[in-house]
Amino acid sequence: MKFGVVVFPGSNCDLDAYHLVKDVIKQPVDYVWHQEESVTGYDCIILPGGFSYGDYLRCGAIARFSPVMKAVKEFALRGGLVIGICNGFQVLVEAGLLPGALYRNTVLQFRCQFTHLKVENYETPFTETIERGRLLKIPIAHGEGNYYVDNETLRQLESNGQIIFRYATEQGEVSDTANPNGSVYNIAGVCNANKNVLGMMPHPERAGEAILGSEDGLMIFDSILKHWEGSRL
Amino acid sequence: MLKAQIKVLLKQSVLDPQGQAVEKALGSLGYNNVEHVRVGKYLEVTLAENNREAAHKQVEEMCERLLTNTVIEDYTFTLVEV
Repeated sequence: MKFGVVVFPGSNCDLDAYHLVKDVIKQPVDYVWHQEESVTGYDCIILPGGFSYGDYLRCGAIARFSPVMKAVKEFALRGGLVIGICNGFQVLVEAGLLPGALYRNTVLQFRCQFTHLKVENYETPFTETIERGRLLKIPIAHGEGNYYVDNETLRQLESNGQIIFRYATEQGEVSDTANPNGSVYNIAGVCNANKNVLGMMPHPERAGEAILGSEDGLMIFDSILKHWEGSRL
Repeated sequence: MLKAQIKVLLKQSVLDPQGQAVEKALGSLGYNNVEHVRVGKYLEVTLAENNREAAHKQVEEMCERLLTNTVIEDYTFTLVEV
């Protein structure tokens, strides 16, 4: 399964994502420069974290107009798997590939900590092999991860099963105390209606080896791999 | 030439953490009559364009496409001669 890690000027988790794919899950992977006009040949595109275009204007607002994003959009509309992590999530909402918006944390702090994620929908390529009821311990590192949708859109997301991850306590309780950034409904990750595009603020690529304090991020990548293998049978 | 003076604010329905922090800071400076603060953005876009109608249409399009995120932000602008 071939992965492409998009590199915008200002991306800084591209190396982490590349390392995880190449050295941990051991799959072929390329960096894809933001000026590329095609993503043909890839099975999954990762939009990594960082500060694309210096986060000028709004996070992700300028990156969405990169040549590569036109190709990523077409790839996504054809059903290709896309995962946007942190700044990559911000790019996906700005590009309109995912609903909602991400803005300043209510706490006004950059939050860099482990979070515990409750999986809300297991019927997606990103979550289908995750053990039911298992909380994922995955770190966040952001100042603008406050997810906003209006009430009507929230209801739609809920009824379509598009809410994928919610911030919970270590005991699995979804509560205000577990919410690190003020996100509506404790939302940490959402997907599109077709379930092939996932955006999440936590960094699964930073939770792929025991030495990093958690391997739970691997569950997401294992799911992607198994889904892809299954789709080829 | 025409210059667009664009003001961008978070929608009323969207919580404004920066505004809240500034509100508290003003309160702690003793400004006890401060009711509410919201923090936004101000942009100036100068166009090589003299037709107000065309400029208006173009600035509106710029706001919708790039300058604002209409999921969370509202904008207003005025055009002035420069």
